[in-house]
Amino acid sequence: MSTSIEQLSCQELVELVTNYLEDALAQEERDSFEHHIAGCTGCHEYVRQMRQTIELTGRLTTADVSPEVEAKLLAVFRDWKSR
Amino acid sequence: MEHAVSLDDARLVKALRARDERAFEELMRMYNASLLRVAQIYVASRTVAEEVVQETWIGVFNGIDRFETRSSLKTWIFRILTNIAKTRGQREGRTVPFSALERPDAVPEAAVDADRFLSPDHERWPGHWASKPEPWPEERLLAAETRELVDRAIEQLPPAQRAVISLRDVEGWSSEETRNALGVSETNQRVLLHRARSKVRQALEDYLMESQ
Repeated sequence: MSTSIEQLSCQELVELVTNYLEDALAQEERDSFEHHIAGCTGCHEYVRQMRQTIELTGRLTTADVSPEVEAKLLAVFRDWKSR
Repeated sequence: MEHAVSLDDARLVKALRARDERAFEELMRMYNASLLRVAQIYVASRTVAEEVVQETWIGVFNGIDRFETRSSLKTWIFRILTNIAKTRGQREGRTVPFSALERPDAVPEAAVDADRFLSPDHERWPGHWASKPEPWPEERLLAAETRELVDRAIEQLPPAQRAVISLRDVEGWSSEETRNALGVSETNQRVLLHRARSKVRQALEDYLMESQ
């Protein structure tokens, strides 16, 4: 039972987090990943922080188009329209 | 062949073909910022990236009458952008973006500094946390300053990583949409996303734990 943490070190686990969250791990890797985080508070917290990071990033809003850029592009549009 | 075009796409295409300015404004607000980020992978300066985006819109106008429903409007617009941006980048003699997109793991990058872990030769716990992550103070997570920090951390990423995290996590695009827009493989998209997210997490940890 306790061999799993030895199979997948914490240093290796942190490199698999995105594959895990993207559901891109093979079943066996996924099992050993989940077994590891169930018994390792550091990695459990790490995965939680990655989820929090994604959530925070999702709260950012896309920068608005600046008025100058918008005016310039509208001029390009009108030029096309008038052709 | 299946039609990939959504109802919304069909409406926008029809309106743009009719030279409807509001349709263009809508498209510009939907995609201009993302177009600029993706352009910046290929060209060195923001000024050139803005020119590339402008040329892309011209390409969209000139091509819209011939636009076919084989791809989504988004995919089509970004394909125009990457073609123009690649040509511009090549003319500028830039080769970096191709390795960044096609071989992102040519240069290894750790998600977490090696010194946070015990040595791989450690007798009892090889590669185990030496200094493990501690929970972040919840009340500071949602503060405006924390959001600004995330924004700055993303701005500081290399262009390819910045583009992927912006499309996936800021804009909420699927991995398929992101892959199509950038013309990268699924694996490389994931490598870029992993590095970007890992660095933003590290920036958050540095910031949130500094005064603890």
